Amino acid sequence: MSTAIPGFTTHTRFITGRWLRAQYRQPALIAFTLVQPAIWLLLFGQLFKGVVNIPGFSDSSYIAFLTPGIVMMTALMTSGWSGTTFIADMERGVMDRMLASPVSRGGLMAGQLISNATTTLIQTILVFAIGMAAGARYDGGAAGYLVTIGVSMLVGIGFGSLSNAVALLTRQQEALIGISQFVSLPLTFMSSIMIDPSVAPHWVNVAARFNPVDWAAIAARQALAADPDWSSVLRHSGLLLAFTLFVGWLSTRAFRTYQRSV
Amino acid sequence: MVTHALDAVDLVKTYPAGRKKPPLRALDGLTFSVPEGIVLGLLGPNGAGKSTTVKILTTLSRADSGTARVAGHDVVREQDQVRHAIGFVPQKSSSDPMATGVENLVLSGRIYGLSRVNAVRRATELLERFGLTEFGDRQVKTYSGGMQRKLDVALGLVHRPQVLFLDEPTTGLDPEARADLWNEVGRLSGDEGLTVLLTTHYLEEADRLAGQLAIVDHGKIVAEGTPEALKAELRGDSVHVELVDPDLDGTVRALLSGLAGVGEIVVEGNALRARVDRGATAVPAVLGALEDKAIPVTAVTVSRPSLDDVYLQYTGRSFRAVEEEAA
Repeated sequence: MSTAIPGFTTHTRFITGRWLRAQYRQPALIAFTLVQPAIWLLLFGQLFKGVVNIPGFSDSSYIAFLTPGIVMMTALMTSGWSGTTFIADMERGVMDRMLASPVSRGGLMAGQLISNATTTLIQTILVFAIGMAAGARYDGGAAGYLVTIGVSMLVGIGFGSLSNAVALLTRQQEALIGISQFVSLPLTFMSSIMIDPSVAPHWVNVAARFNPVDWAAIAARQALAADPDWSSVLRHSGLLLAFTLFVGWLSTRAFRTYQRSV
Repeated sequence: MVTHALDAVDLVKTYPAGRKKPPLRALDGLTFSVPEGIVLGLLGPNGAGKSTTVKILTTLSRADSGTARVAGHDVVREQDQVRHAIGFVPQKSSSDPMATGVENLVLSGRIYGLSRVNAVRRATELLERFGLTEFGDRQVKTYSGGMQRKLDVALGLVHRPQVLFLDEPTTGLDPEARADLWNEVGRLSGDEGLTVLLTTHYLEEADRLAGQLAIVDHGKIVAEGTPEALKAELRGDSVHVELVDPDLDGTVRALLSGLAGVGEIVVEGNALRARVDRGATAVPAVLGALEDKAIPVTAVTVSRPSLDDVYLQYTGRSFRAVEEEAA
C-alpha cells in the first residue's frame, strides 16, 4: 500500500484515544485516584493544624496554602504508576507489535501521557473543590486556576514519562514501583508542598530550588495570590515546561534501550 | 531469477549472560533466504534462536553482525520501509485486552495510515474471515485463547503486509484451537504474494503448514528444504518394536543388528527403534528372528521417516530429548 504513514501528531492522537478508552472503562480505578487526594488533603490539613501551630497561618489559610501543594503531590504520586501500563503491554506482545510497526515512538510516549494528564485534570479540580469546602479561599482570578491546572498536568506528564522510561528499562512491575516510591517521597518533602519555606530548615529550601514539583507549587500559589508576581509564575512554569520536554525526550529514547535488550 | 522476500546472511546475536559469564550466543552465523510467496517454517527447540531471528527481521532487535533484507529492504538502514512491509504476530498475544476486537484492528490500521472508513472496512473484513464477527464489539479480555490468537493474526494482516511473521502461533492452545488456527494459516499462503515466516517447535505444525523448512540448532540452520525432500534424504523406513520385557542384556539388539538391511538401532526401555532399507521386507524378518528366540512382542509398527527422524539426523539428538532438556 502506498498510503503515507502518519507522523507524531496523528499517532499521538490515536494512542491517546486508546488509553482514554481503557481508562474510562475502569471507573473503579478512576474513583480510587480521586479518593486518595481527598484523604490526603483532609488528613494533612487536620494533622498539621493539630500538632504544630504553624506560624503565620490561621486555620483556614493553612488549608488554602496546602491545597495547591496536595494537587502537585497527587499529580506526582499518580504519575509514578504510569509505567505499569507499559509493563502490561510488554508482558503481552502489544509493545513488541507496536515497536515493529511504523508508529512514532514519540507518539507512543506522548499519547499515554496525555491520557494520564486528563486524570490529573480531574484530580486537580476535585482537590480544589474539597479544599474550598474546607474553607480555602483564593484572591487570584481564573488565570490562577488555569496556571495551577497547567503546571499540575506538567508534573504528571514529566514524572509519568520518567515512570514509563523506568518501565522500559527495568521491565519489572516491582522495580518500577520501588523506584517511583523511592523518588516521590523525598520530592514531596523537600519542597514547600506542606510547609512554608520560612519555617523549613535551610537545606530543605536549597534542595527545593532544584525540585520540579516545588516549581509547580510555587507557580500555582503565586498565580492564585491576590497580587501575583507574574515573573515568578512565568520563570517557574517555564523551568517546569523545559524539564517536562527534556525528560519526555529522554524517556522516548528508552524505547531504543528496550529494543536493544529484547 | 527468484525474488527473495527474506534474506539473512551470517546473523550473529549475543546476549549478556550475567557477570563473569561468557555472553550467550543466540545466533551463530545464521543464513537463509525465502522466496516470495511461500511459507517457511523455522523449526527448532526452545532456545535454538528462532525468536531472536524473528526479532531481528522485524526490526525489533538488532544483530551484532551480519545483514538481513526483508521485502528488499535492509532491516537496519531501511527500518521504516521494512516496518511498513511486514506484519508481526509475536509469541505472546498482541492485542489490547481492554479494547474490543474492532477497536484493536481499527487502531492498528490507522497507525499504518488507513483512513477511518478504510480501517473499519478492513476490520470488518478480517473479523469475518477469522470467524470473529459476532465478538467484534466485545473486549478482548473476554476472548478465549484461540480467539485471541486469531485476532493476533488478523492484527498482523490489517495493512496487507508483504511478509508476515508468526512467532510460535499455536503454543499454549488446546488441540482444537490449534487445528482451527492451522486452517486459517494454511489459507494465508493462498494470499497474493504473501510470504510467511513461521517459527515452531511442533514438528506436526511445521509438517502441516510449511512449504519450506529450515531446522535451527544452536543459532545455525542445520538443514533446509521442503519437508518431503528432508524426509526423502533419510535412508529407508523406520521400524518400531515394542517388547513385553525390556532388552536388558542386549540380546534383541544383537539379534537385530545381525539382520541384513537393519541399522541405527536405538533402545529405550521396552521400545526399540531401527532404520531399515525397506519396511515391507524388514518387518517379517524382524518378527521371524524374534519368534525363533521366543522373545515376546507387543507391537511392531513401520513408518515413513518423520520430521523427528530428520531432526535426529541433523542435530544428533531426538527432538523430544531436546525439549525435555529445555523444560
